[in-house]
Amino acid sequence: MTRYLLAVNFQGGVVDTPMDEWKPEEIAAHLDYYKILHNELVRSGELVDSTVLTGPELAKIVTSDGGGAPVVTDGPFQEFKEWLAGYQIVDVESEARAIEIAAKLSAVPGPGGIATQQPIQVRQVMDEAPSDVTEMEAFLQQVPAPR
Amino acid sequence: MPSKVEDLLRELAPQVLGVLVRRCGDFDAAEDAVQEALVAAAVHWMPDGAPANPRGWLIQTATRRLIDQRRSERSRRERETLAALREPATAEVADQDDTLVLVFMCCHPALTAASAIALTLRAVGGLSTAEIASAFLVPEATMAQRIARAKQRIKASDVPFGIPSREEWAARLRNVLHVLYLIFNEGYVGSSSRDLQRPELSDEAIRLVRIVRRMLPDDGEVSALLALMLLIDARRQARTTAAGELIPLAEQDRTQWDQARIAEGLSVLNRALTRGPVGEYKLQAAIAAVHDQARHADDTDWPQILALYGLLERLTGNPVVTLNRAVATAMVDGPTAGLAVLDEVDERLRGHYRLDAVRAHLLEMAGDIQAAVVHYRAAASRTTSLAEQHYLAGKIARLRVQDRERGSEPTR
Repeated sequence: MTRYLLAVNFQGGVVDTPMDEWKPEEIAAHLDYYKILHNELVRSGELVDSTVLTGPELAKIVTSDGGGAPVVTDGPFQEFKEWLAGYQIVDVESEARAIEIAAKLSAVPGPGGIATQQPIQVRQVMDEAPSDVTEMEAFLQQVPAPR
Repeated sequence: MPSKVEDLLRELAPQVLGVLVRRCGDFDAAEDAVQEALVAAAVHWMPDGAPANPRGWLIQTATRRLIDQRRSERSRRERETLAALREPATAEVADQDDTLVLVFMCCHPALTAASAIALTLRAVGGLSTAEIASAFLVPEATMAQRIARAKQRIKASDVPFGIPSREEWAARLRNVLHVLYLIFNEGYVGSSSRDLQRPELSDEAIRLVRIVRRMLPDDGEVSALLALMLLIDARRQARTTAAGELIPLAEQDRTQWDQARIAEGLSVLNRALTRGPVGEYKLQAAIAAVHDQARHADDTDWPQILALYGLLERLTGNPVVTLNRAVATAMVDGPTAGLAVLDEVDERLRGHYRLDAVRAHLLEMAGDIQAAVVHYRAAASRTTSLAEQHYLAGKIARLRVQDRERGSEPTR
């Protein structure tokens, strides 16, 4: 099993209309779609985490030199659309399955029931160590060259 | 609870569950009934000790609970099940080892590997859902779903409860061993994890293979798998730094290797080698054995390892094994010969970080530091394991210093 982060930002895909201008039933259909997908991933035992983030309006950017007081600013320092909007972490059999789930997320309906085609980032989560005995032995057998 | 009773219950639980599942065909109901029987046993056996026939006691108690459960349900179908429950087991069935039946069922090929692993640990290993979830770093609810789904799938697939037929035997047993091997893998990785709360899956995998081996003492691959686990697990203490970073074999403090495990692993392997054809686990165990028998890294019998990797490669066709053979070749015939072996898998492993890591390592051995750094960097950018990324980053840093001291800065 491999973990993937499926991340979505505020890029609307093919939809330009902000959600507050959609019809109520379009919003309902949009949210229902997510809910059904969420339940499906819970039932399949693949969902590890699902998180929706607040908007860039509430974001803080923190930097510190390790000595003085940290510098806290509001930003935004990047395009609104570039901010992370939310993510899911799934634990799946293969990359193909992660892509399949990402495709479902991207196909969430927008106004007029048309798929929004939001871009979904699929990012493999790092393992702690090589994930099987053959790989681990291969790694451990790398003998350091004479110094 | 005295640990003797606890151990006894742990050993008997899967046997009892195997009997009940076979009789009623309903995993969930059987599991509930066995749980209740175990609780009852813990209470009743505490003051007086276990009864003369503890297994029979548990089966009887669990069966009674199951019948009580079923009585409260009224459908015709349930009454039929009830009738089936009352039927004494046939002689043929009674001869089967019920734990083995359960293992075969949990590792059924209709299940995904993840489901089979979870179900095996739950039903045969007796781990709680929370423990399994924590071992695999997923929320308990997710793991509970995985287990529930596995049970549903077994129910839906009409998997016959019992030992597979002669035709199916080899494939089914292969699947069982693979699932146990995967559990060991998880533990192997987990033992280097920063999370100290993870239960020790390698120990559990070893315990489960021992159980299967007790029932199938003449199967060479079962024994070989146990040997492989023991021989690799023997190096557990020496494999990581206090901070959890991995230490390559050549740098491990071999006095920390567990000599008792090694001795047991070697003895199990020697007996396994006399039984049945050469298989994957036998070869892997033999390779681990050669490493384990070298008191110092310099004493390693690399020609022997090279020969074994050659056999393993032919048997499995796994290109990662070819990478191992390239390292062994370099140790026997020098880095140039090793690099030539890598060319054979260039196509098949293109973009795989392990190919870059091994190539970098062999280039470093050959003294081509600049080229080594290029490939170490490529490997570091594509590796999927944190331990290896740290190792590779440290390697690159050291080589760059070394190269600077020689008077030339490697290309960035």
